[in-house]
Amino acid sequence: MSEPGTPVSGEWPLYEVFVRGKRGLNHVHVGSLHAPDDDMAVRHARDVYTRRNEGVSIWVVRSSAITASSPDEKDPMFAPSGDKVYRHPTFYDIPADVPHI
Amino acid sequence: MSVTAEPQSVPESALEEQFEATIARKDRIEPRDWMPEAYRRTLVRQVAQHAHSEIIGMQPEGAWIGRAPSLRRKAILLAKVQDEAGHGLYLYSAAETLGVSRAELTELLVTGRQKYSSIFNYPTLSYADVGTIGWLVDGAAICNQVPLCRTSYGPYGRAMIRICKEESFHQRQGYELLRTMMQGTDAQRAMVQESVDRFWWPSLMMFGPPDDASPNTARSMAWGVKTHTNDELRQRFVDMTVPQAEALGVTLPDPDLAWNEERGSYDFGQPDWDELWAVVAGDGPCNAQRLAHRTRAWREGAWVREAALAYAERERAERSEQAEHTEEAG
Repeated sequence: MSEPGTPVSGEWPLYEVFVRGKRGLNHVHVGSLHAPDDDMAVRHARDVYTRRNEGVSIWVVRSSAITASSPDEKDPMFAPSGDKVYRHPTFYDIPADVPHI
Repeated sequence: MSVTAEPQSVPESALEEQFEATIARKDRIEPRDWMPEAYRRTLVRQVAQHAHSEIIGMQPEGAWIGRAPSLRRKAILLAKVQDEAGHGLYLYSAAETLGVSRAELTELLVTGRQKYSSIFNYPTLSYADVGTIGWLVDGAAICNQVPLCRTSYGPYGRAMIRICKEESFHQRQGYELLRTMMQGTDAQRAMVQESVDRFWWPSLMMFGPPDDASPNTARSMAWGVKTHTNDELRQRFVDMTVPQAEALGVTLPDPDLAWNEERGSYDFGQPDWDELWAVVAGDGPCNAQRLAHRTRAWREGAWVREAALAYAERERAERSEQAEHTEEAG
């Protein structure tokens, strides 16, 4: 077992693929693929992930170039936002008869 | 992918509890979550088998691309076979998130240590088979795959969503092809009926053995990997297919097929399970041929994969050399 994204010798490196569905939307991760280099990764991404007009723009990035937060959901990383309910609009009581707020 | 901070050493029982709680909430397990080794192994086996099925599944229909009777039919068939390749790739990439490599999975396939769907070990003897595969085989696949969109392992479910969106085209093009033939000559109608007769039972076998002979089902359902039993899905497929057969004007080769008013479902006969086990064990009509073809393509393609890597390596070297020159000049 190896960490996903670690190139196996002789195997094409793994790329993560992001597709912009249409203008005005963010690029969204759609999956991964293997390619020998960056240019071929874009071509493969077109064939694998956009056969039916699913996108207008593609990003590819080597999986090994991504740095991720720890997968543990209870990670202290996200703890600071957990107890700050006052960051949400529903925290504030506004009389029902006040309009447009 | 690298991780900013390794999780602190948490006792395994706590990790298992967290895993079970995620499953109980019907939340998804994601690649770098802790998971029981047996869950990981079950998924690798199932997702790899699914991926192999898509790739091997290109062969029976691919054989008809050159002989499809019109440019329209050729273009449709090409697109369909290309989709199967795409589906295989989505699934291999999902399997890889479980820590196995693509090359490893292909080796397991070509050495016969991982399986693919038994249906692809049957030959495509007539052009009507292209239609029947779309209608019955892809129809059965859809019944299996739609519930898998909600499977507990995130990457597998997401791959299934993409696949299901595309399967509908596969089934409809098959049904339309058969309808066209049914409006043709007597010989064409007979060809459709003969094809349906051959594919009906193997299609029912695609759902796997009956529930009482499927030892892994209970655990897979507890883990949310599977959401329905084999027999439930088989019933759903029969109920969906019978009216389609009537509309098409073909008969399904099962004397026990009858509407059951009480159950609100069709009763139907059991496939020959010994045949399924024989095909799974390697004794189907085309097992050797399918694997030999895949192995040849894999081995003969090795130089292409190596050459592409060597080219990429040279380009990289040239670029970094150029960058050095530019720096010196500047």
